[in-house]
Amino acid sequence: MSRVRRKIAPYLLVLPGGIWLLIFFAVPMFTMLSLSLQEGDIVTGYRFTGHWQTYTEAISAYQTQLVRSLIYGVIATILLIAIAFPMAYWIAFYGGRRKQTYLFLVLLPFFVSFVLRTISWKQILTDEGPLLQPLRDAGLISQAFHILGTPYAVILGLVYNFLPFMVLPIYVALERIDPRVVEAARDLYANPATTFRRVIFPLALPGVFAGVLMTFIPASSDFVNSEVLGSSDTTMIGQVIQTQFLENSDYPTASALSFVLMAVLLVGVFSYARILGTEDVMKVAAR
Amino acid sequence: MTTPQHSAVRARSAPPAGGTPAIEFVGVNKNYLSHGETVPAVKRTDLAIGQGEFFSLLGPSGCGKTTTMRMIAGFEEPTAGKVFLDGNDVTNVSANKRDVNMVFQSYALFPHLNTYQNVAFGLERKKVAKSEISRRVAEILEIVSLTGMEKRSPREMSGGQQQRVALARALVNRPRALLLDEPLGALDLKLRQQMQIELKRIQREVGITFVYVTHDQGEALTMSDRIAVMNAGVIEQLGSPREIYERPASRFVAGFIGTSNIVDGHVDRVEGGLAVLSYTAQDRVVVPAAPSVRQGDRLEVSIRPEKIDMHRGVPPVQATGGSVLSGTVTEVVYHGTSTNYTVATAAGADFTVFDQNASNADDLADRGDRVYLTWAPQHSYMIGD
Repeated sequence: MSRVRRKIAPYLLVLPGGIWLLIFFAVPMFTMLSLSLQEGDIVTGYRFTGHWQTYTEAISAYQTQLVRSLIYGVIATILLIAIAFPMAYWIAFYGGRRKQTYLFLVLLPFFVSFVLRTISWKQILTDEGPLLQPLRDAGLISQAFHILGTPYAVILGLVYNFLPFMVLPIYVALERIDPRVVEAARDLYANPATTFRRVIFPLALPGVFAGVLMTFIPASSDFVNSEVLGSSDTTMIGQVIQTQFLENSDYPTASALSFVLMAVLLVGVFSYARILGTEDVMKVAAR
Repeated sequence: MTTPQHSAVRARSAPPAGGTPAIEFVGVNKNYLSHGETVPAVKRTDLAIGQGEFFSLLGPSGCGKTTTMRMIAGFEEPTAGKVFLDGNDVTNVSANKRDVNMVFQSYALFPHLNTYQNVAFGLERKKVAKSEISRRVAEILEIVSLTGMEKRSPREMSGGQQQRVALARALVNRPRALLLDEPLGALDLKLRQQMQIELKRIQREVGITFVYVTHDQGEALTMSDRIAVMNAGVIEQLGSPREIYERPASRFVAGFIGTSNIVDGHVDRVEGGLAVLSYTAQDRVVVPAAPSVRQGDRLEVSIRPEKIDMHRGVPPVQATGGSVLSGTVTEVVYHGTSTNYTVATAAGADFTVFDQNASNADDLADRGDRVYLTWAPQHSYMIGD
């Protein structure tokens, strides 16, 4: 009796999550796949016709936004690594007894809603805002200089909003490095720069890898930052999908675009993993 | 045993071989700042370690032995004083520029590199030619019996194997000195004993100065040419294993190294270089005395348990001129090769006595038996404080 129970216990544990995923992930996926192959309109209703041309039409209509989203995502991710790594490094190695406080500070903005935080950036970056107005008054920038509505503002918003997702995994990886291993590198004639390049950075790679996964995907499919901080020149694919779904009620196009985005991101992430040699990365992570 | 013990200890404080010491400390001390308070880790220390010596820093945790070693490696800077390597002042030279290498307590292998890459790390930093690197790595891996393990990652190796990689990684650079920080601490007893012999062999083969930090007195005694016994940031005694064991310079050393019986008393008389401490008409301790010892002085005397003969019942002949203490057996512990007795003596101290189980005969005594302990004068040792 108890043996039987022991055997089924793992399945019982996975059951709630499994059911959750089935209902809220698998079923909508299937519905969306079916939607993307339907034809019709909101008034007369949609019927399944297997009309795959929606995909090609959607891609050719919105490829600019799709490519732009990926470029923004890549740039934001690179900037995130550049900003988050030193932060995580400093907290992990120089944070001392205040480490927890610093980590809390990194997470603090999360206590305010995503949209609200982005809107407050709009207040800061606006032409009459506390950043540009003084600079313009001082004659340091021209009347025509704007940040709001440019790709810079959108990427800035993405970087700001996803920063903790990059800092935390890198911090965890750095924190796990045995300080004696770092000393061993110094002992074996490595100067600080070489120690970083040959020992600390490789050991932190699993954290960077996790951080990239956690930021590149949501940043590329984000629909808030461009909406609030951007203009029609910065429209991202997430906004297009949202508009098609909620405003135009063009469900097939919206669904098809969602699948295209998902496919592109999956291919991107897998080739990234291949190039970086996930296997080695995972080996280090599992030590 | 006619040499006065103090000069004997001092004579061995200098390294045995002449020439420039491999490592030298001159007036080194090290303080740490902890919660705004200065805590001395190593107090004013002078030390010279000879070329090719197997030198141990022995002491309990927190005695300053690891700090001493880290100052040699360059991980800690002395608060005052100077550190010399081969006669060169390296006090302000950083760790990566010092020609010494360290074997860390937990090995500290690079987890993302395999055995070969780990061992080659130092040589690569020194910009040694690739062919030379592969030749020297192969050579050192053979010495530590790890040939064929080049592709293994640290995770795929046993503790003993990781230990050898750590050793090879340091030795391959042919450093001026190899520093070993409790390198065998994580291994089980059998493997530890095996590695002790192996380390000794390797040291003979490569002829490099080894500085060995340990809290295990047995390990220090078996492996070292000389031992520095440290306590509370001070070297209490520096000498060969035999000197340290036979003639401990302080009560701490006597207690830390092996088992010691320590008894104190007032000098009754001094005759022929021997001081006699009397407790009763026949209970007395005879000890070779320093010239300064006078009648009435209070002395502490240490006697090793294996030097003591135990007699049952019959009081031994007084004429031997040695020490005699009567007592009662309070504990008998059988250890296979020997039996250990605890005896409450007339001198007031409990004595431990080791008796070799050379024959199949029964134990010498049982609990509660009245016994007499005797030993020759030269086996008593005056602890100089």
